[in-house]
Amino acid sequence: MSRNKTTYMGWRKGKDKTAFVLVCLFSLIAMFPLFFILWDVVSKGYKNFNLRLFTEVTPSSMDAMLARMNGESIPGGILNGITGTILIVGMAILFSVFLGLFIGIYLADNRGKKLAAVVSYLTDLLQGMPSIVIGIIAYAWIVKPLGGYSALAGSVALTIMMLPMIVRSTEETLKMLPPAYKEAGLALGSSYTNVVFRILIPSGFGGIFTGILLAVSRVMGETAPLMLTALGAAVVNWKVMQPTSAIPLLIWDFYNDPNLVDLIWSSSLLLLIVIFLLNWIAKIVARKWKV
Amino acid sequence: MESINNINEENPVLQLKEVSVSYSPGSFAVNRVTADIYPNTITAIMGPSGCGKSTLLRAINRMHDLYPHIKTTGEISLKGKNILAMDPMEVRRMAGMVFQQPNPFPTMSIYDNVLAGYKLNGIRLKKREKEEIVEQSLQSVGLWNEVKDVMTKRGSFLSGGQQQRLCIARALALNPEVLLMDEPTSALDPISTNRIEELLLQLKKKFTIIIVTHNMSQAARISDNSMFMYLGELVEHGNTTQMFTKPQNKRTEEYLTGVFG
Repeated sequence: MSRNKTTYMGWRKGKDKTAFVLVCLFSLIAMFPLFFILWDVVSKGYKNFNLRLFTEVTPSSMDAMLARMNGESIPGGILNGITGTILIVGMAILFSVFLGLFIGIYLADNRGKKLAAVVSYLTDLLQGMPSIVIGIIAYAWIVKPLGGYSALAGSVALTIMMLPMIVRSTEETLKMLPPAYKEAGLALGSSYTNVVFRILIPSGFGGIFTGILLAVSRVMGETAPLMLTALGAAVVNWKVMQPTSAIPLLIWDFYNDPNLVDLIWSSSLLLLIVIFLLNWIAKIVARKWKV
Repeated sequence: MESINNINEENPVLQLKEVSVSYSPGSFAVNRVTADIYPNTITAIMGPSGCGKSTLLRAINRMHDLYPHIKTTGEISLKGKNILAMDPMEVRRMAGMVFQQPNPFPTMSIYDNVLAGYKLNGIRLKKREKEEIVEQSLQSVGLWNEVKDVMTKRGSFLSGGQQQRLCIARALALNPEVLLMDEPTSALDPISTNRIEELLLQLKKKFTIIIVTHNMSQAARISDNSMFMYLGELVEHGNTTQMFTKPQNKRTEEYLTGVFG
């Protein structure tokens, strides 16, 4: 009897160990691609990761070819892409934060209402929408009627992509706040609007801001919707109604041009660094503003 | 139901007439409650869980308006004005409320928390007025000396008992006609509870207080009058000492002696 018991315990312990080893092993395997992506991008990208990248616009294919033949580094950078990304994403932040906050507030406060259920369902649907479809829609809504590709069209496409993420993070953050804050505010005779904007939103700032940052880092690398809307440009453009470049669009261009292919890696490295920074800031904000 | 009062019988500050609150049609959480509350008294509302104590209290500052399915009927007059016909925001400024859990606004400093009622209502004050209100309100809850050097810290920096006194100060800053308290000490330790009870005895010199409590000895210690509610009805209302020593109603007696509740 007692011997049986020991073998049984031994079997259980063995099982436990195997499970533990497997879990660790699979975690390591899952980390491999991530590690190699980072390794590849950094090792290939650092060569052209210099001041030029930030201060000069994309060189023409011919100039790049000549430089290559002479063994020089590529004469130019991605300034047009950096400014384009700032312009397009900046406008998208303006639109989506404004809309997303209001929708999130509505959803958090009107659970169980029919309209809220419909909006909530559509938000989920939008979240799963392929980005190319969103690009086509922005093309049909903005590019076609206004007769040209533009930064505005690009930012509308990105707004549609960011919206569900901001709505959800606002809604979830506000739902997590104790109802006591809302009641305490109203019990002081405050209007609903004041309670929302002076108590609830500031109290949930950490969560809402984190959601916005993550949404930004998500759409920053989007290419497909921008191809159909912002199109791209070889020069720095700050005009809202003109075709504009963006970092991911340039990466796609470089891929298609054997003379510029070396710029792919440094552009990717820049994009990765920015996204990494945004995620890092999001984490710090979420921790600091915890209520 | 007999009302035995030795305090200012002339002018009740708050009058409830046939007040009923229903969460769903046909069922009443509070059923036709009629009562007069006199100035500068502490009234304790007692009763077992679910008897409608908090529901009645929340009707007095129109908190039920937040939930459209809750219907309040009857007449509640505060200083002679029927509050059910008034704008809820105005009513809530006249009837301050303190909740079970201390809930200072987490993003505001201690100073701003006291002034929250003014800020949220868009009332602009001069710096002198602000400082006066803050000092006066914090003095009246005995918090001034403890926090005067940490005014810019967040409300959540304080201990639970201090936070609750801050919440009372926040309600008092608007100079309300009545102070409604929904089990204000049930989340606090005995020492903080004691502090708040002493404070209430001080505050009744200036304010009228209605307190919902689960704690019968608390009601006995601090209240002038008591209301005993059961199944939404006001079973007995009268002088606290009288009620605890010679309850008029059998159910009150059973509750107070621990037969149920």
